[in-house]
Amino acid sequence: MTALDPLRLTAKVAKRLLVDGRVSSAELAKVYLDQIAAVEPRVQAFILVTYDNAAKYSTKVDREMQAMRGPLAGLPIAIKDNMVTEGVVTTCASRILRNYMPIYTATAVRQVWDDHVVMLGKTNMDEFAMGSSTENSSFQITRNPWDLATVPGGSSGGSAAAVAAGEALWALGSDTGGSIRQPAALCGVVGMKPTYGAVSRYGLIAFASSLDQIGPLARSVYDCALLLQHIVGRDPMDSTSVDLPEPIALPDAQRLDGLRVGIPPEYMAAGIEPGVRARFDETVARIEELGGVCREISLPHTEYALPAYYIIAPAEASANLARFDGVRYGFRAEGATDLLDMYERTRGEGFGPEVKRRIMIGTYALSAGYYDAYYGRAQRVRTLVRRDFERAFAEVDLIASPTSPTVAFAAGSRTGDPLAMYMCDVCTIPANLAGLPAISIPCGLSDGLPVGFQLIGPAFSENRILQAAHALEGAIGFEPAPAFRDSRQLGAAVEAQ
Amino acid sequence: MIGEDDVRYVAKLARLRLERGEVERMTGELAKILGHIDKMSELDTADVPPTAHVLDVVNVMRPDKVRPGISREEALRNAPAVSSDSFRVPRMS
Repeated sequence: MTALDPLRLTAKVAKRLLVDGRVSSAELAKVYLDQIAAVEPRVQAFILVTYDNAAKYSTKVDREMQAMRGPLAGLPIAIKDNMVTEGVVTTCASRILRNYMPIYTATAVRQVWDDHVVMLGKTNMDEFAMGSSTENSSFQITRNPWDLATVPGGSSGGSAAAVAAGEALWALGSDTGGSIRQPAALCGVVGMKPTYGAVSRYGLIAFASSLDQIGPLARSVYDCALLLQHIVGRDPMDSTSVDLPEPIALPDAQRLDGLRVGIPPEYMAAGIEPGVRARFDETVARIEELGGVCREISLPHTEYALPAYYIIAPAEASANLARFDGVRYGFRAEGATDLLDMYERTRGEGFGPEVKRRIMIGTYALSAGYYDAYYGRAQRVRTLVRRDFERAFAEVDLIASPTSPTVAFAAGSRTGDPLAMYMCDVCTIPANLAGLPAISIPCGLSDGLPVGFQLIGPAFSENRILQAAHALEGAIGFEPAPAFRDSRQLGAAVEAQ
Repeated sequence: MIGEDDVRYVAKLARLRLERGEVERMTGELAKILGHIDKMSELDTADVPPTAHVLDVVNVMRPDKVRPGISREEALRNAPAVSSDSFRVPRMS
């Protein structure tokens, strides 16, 4: 077997090694399980590592190679723990679902299982996907492999950290306001949110149903496209899912000749760090070197997207989370005097602080007397945000922005200020409100930490985005080199001298 | 401006038990968040239609055919308390 570096290996290369017989699926799974054993005590990306399943299933794929062939067969994957998996505990990183054993499997997961991928485990996340740092998990704090003192972003922080740390070849995440793209940016990997409806939400534990989308996190744009190919399509179990007008193609573009890219100045107003701005400007220059044409384009309602999102998402969440009542599944509080008391105690003890905050905002916004002022107005603002994009896409093919205003920030530095945490998603939220596809690719480092570059396209322009991102990725030549350093210890060492 | 009484009332609607300290903290946090959200009122949205759904999908139908569902045993498997093939709950007051 060839020596494989899990920090650099892509699915494209792994697949070729498998097909050529230079590595077996079991050996491939072992590369990741060994890396998990080596770094997981420090990174803590997984809520559950399915060691036995990965070892047994990869061996089965090797043994039954004739029957179990396919483009993804034998490739190991990590799954965010808000996608239900039959027979494998699914917690949504919440105390209220600590021991929940699903009796069915999410369609997106079922699709990759049917392609004989090897599941490595379920990844950590902010509880019910509410957060931007994965610090809202009820169970553990995931660390950013580039600097263990910083957060991996969120809510799909476990999936992003696992890919960045070489603990997984690739992963599935979900994105409601930036939850794939922002952690991908902070961890130096590629993450894509498809067009709303492109991937079935059946079995994705609902946060905000009009915004949630499942998508891939991977080490390359090509790998993202390969995984996306296998999870898209209409699903009778999700009436909002649709077939794409054209199949997802594997990207091969080297140039961007004639591609018109819009740069919205409104995104630059949102407290972008100088280091992030510098990498962004360099990447814009690369687009032009590759033959693309960049120009300023206005999205005037951008500053209203975040306020609208923080009504719409909590409102939908407050309705979706009503099902957690201690009756049919999950945690039930002890010592209740009657049914209503049981509901209130179960939810009071079972949900963490951020989830309670969102349920409260949502319930308030939907309550009598406030509905029009909050929820009604937010839905109208959502229309204005969509119209901004429609006008812009009459003049440009794609829109570019930083993915996150900052690089990975210190763990604990924003947990005391919910509004400061919400600002992490200021550049990613508008695409969710408008249902548009968007990707984040690493575009360099600032202070030794990865910077993400976002491309947003019109609905169902996944192939255009993937081609552009692929060409740009080649020109950038980002080196994935997470050092697993801990700047807190470095700081302490300096002080000790 | 949201006050502690509003927070207690909304918590009741949401079936959330909040401890005394939580009510106080939540009131401050919600006031700050709603203050930011009030930015929306700068916009005149009277003539703007609301967006409930981003895709042009309406009335997705399927044939009304009987299909196998989950069994009683499966439905009860994750329940915290079960009694004679049913979900068991505390008495209603």
